[in-house]
Amino acid sequence: MRLWIHELRIEQLLFWRNREAAFFTFFLPVIFFLIFGSVYGKDIIKKEGGIKASAFLEAGMIGYGVAATCFAGLGITLVVRRESGVLKRIRATPLPPATYILGVLGSTFVVFMIEAFLIIAIGRTLFSVAVPNALFSLLFVLALGALAFAAIGLGITGLVRSSEGSSAVINAVYLPMAIISGTFFTPKGYPSFLRVIADVLPLTHYTKLTRDVMIHNQHFWADRGAIGVVALWGAIGVVAAIRGFRWQPREAT
Amino acid sequence: MSVISVRGLRKSYGGNEAVRGIDFEIRAGEVFGLLGPNGAGKTTTIEILEGYRDRSGGEVEVLGIDPQHAGRAWREKLGVVLQSSSLYPNLTVRESLRTFGGYYTRSRNVSEVIEIIGLGDKADARVRTLSGGQKRRLDLGIALIGDPELIFLDEPTTGFDPGARRAAWETIRNLRSLGKTILLTTHYLDEAEQLADRVAVLRGGEIVREGSPAELTSASAETEIRFRRNGSVIVERTKEPTQRLHELIHEAGGAELDELEVRRPTLEDVYLELTGE
Repeated sequence: MRLWIHELRIEQLLFWRNREAAFFTFFLPVIFFLIFGSVYGKDIIKKEGGIKASAFLEAGMIGYGVAATCFAGLGITLVVRRESGVLKRIRATPLPPATYILGVLGSTFVVFMIEAFLIIAIGRTLFSVAVPNALFSLLFVLALGALAFAAIGLGITGLVRSSEGSSAVINAVYLPMAIISGTFFTPKGYPSFLRVIADVLPLTHYTKLTRDVMIHNQHFWADRGAIGVVALWGAIGVVAAIRGFRWQPREAT
Repeated sequence: MSVISVRGLRKSYGGNEAVRGIDFEIRAGEVFGLLGPNGAGKTTTIEILEGYRDRSGGEVEVLGIDPQHAGRAWREKLGVVLQSSSLYPNLTVRESLRTFGGYYTRSRNVSEVIEIIGLGDKADARVRTLSGGQKRRLDLGIALIGDPELIFLDEPTTGFDPGARRAAWETIRNLRSLGKTILLTTHYLDEAEQLADRVAVLRGGEIVREGSPAELTSASAETEIRFRRNGSVIVERTKEPTQRLHELIHEAGGAELDELEVRRPTLEDVYLELTGE
């Protein structure tokens, strides 16, 4: 526990020190919320049952945030650390590997929680979006998203070979996913081939959950199908991580 | 007491045997050098001892434990410098040492370690702003922060300028005088000669010679006698330089042997002879 708290504090220091990473994973969803919220926040989205666009966008940006922070940010960070030999170096210390991973995950979760809080606060003050009523359900959904997307983030590190390629590969996965999944716009107006892709993506189902809970004040268990898809993707991530996660850089020899 | 004991160690990758049955012992307080050209098996050997790689055969004990089954208590006593620098670029020197120090139940004072590695004026500089040599010294500092009994140094001064190398040697000598056991790999002969109590020369995954630098140079290569006769340089190599010199002087019949030089082999000569380079 002492070691875990030590690691958590270092991870927080490392995250906020790395300005580029903090910008792309933490601030970008917030900035997009500010921009798009100002552009079309006052619109009413008929395809989503006549709800206010700013409320729709707010819940979407929580989804975009979980993909940016827990999936992309975590994945890129770990690949860079692996390839620079830091993970290998840590393995030579008495710090148990599980404590290290839990420290990294804990820190990612803290960042995402601050991000979600900030997005909700901006929604309330600038776009007059009501703070969600179902706070317990909201917490559950945030935790579920953080866990599932962090698992996918851990899993994808095994597929990325170089530190230079890590942000290219991971951004190429998560940016299109964020758009196709309808974090910015309602996917209900998409052409059918995009909707087919959207239907299998975890983020589509995750933003459905955040919108159910945040906009429609439903309980988190109302849509078990969506929870199931997100959890299934998380499980795929765990399996991929167990099979593919490495501590050592690719050998030069 | 032997801190490291290796018997019949083998390691193959696919069909390729990188280490072909080597034996050596390292006693407490000793600085042991593993020498050899690239691809001789130095890094494979040291990484098996550090617990990073599993071996294909043989017996290995490090601090009384098989590294393949070693746990936290074992890692508490170990300091490791990897072949390439492995640091967090956004931390300062002090923060880096504090970070790694926190992983040990008993760690050294951060300021003391900064003093030992000579980064006093860089203590609050970000790692990304350090020079290559300074980063390497911080790597060494991180290896020392847990106050280890045994230190692995994999090519610790590669890429250093001569001044930085001498400073690093001084640090390593200080560690030795504190009673630390050190396993060092290097392909710099002068480094092994300066630091190591004993060296093993690896070639193609086998130890071709082992002993103190002095033993190696006296037992192995031949002394070189060089002089000029009738305008051309004569070079002779012999295991009995006194005898041969006596003969040469006799032959010359009192005439001067121009530009006479008698040179004992350096470790470099022995090394080149052994590794066939």
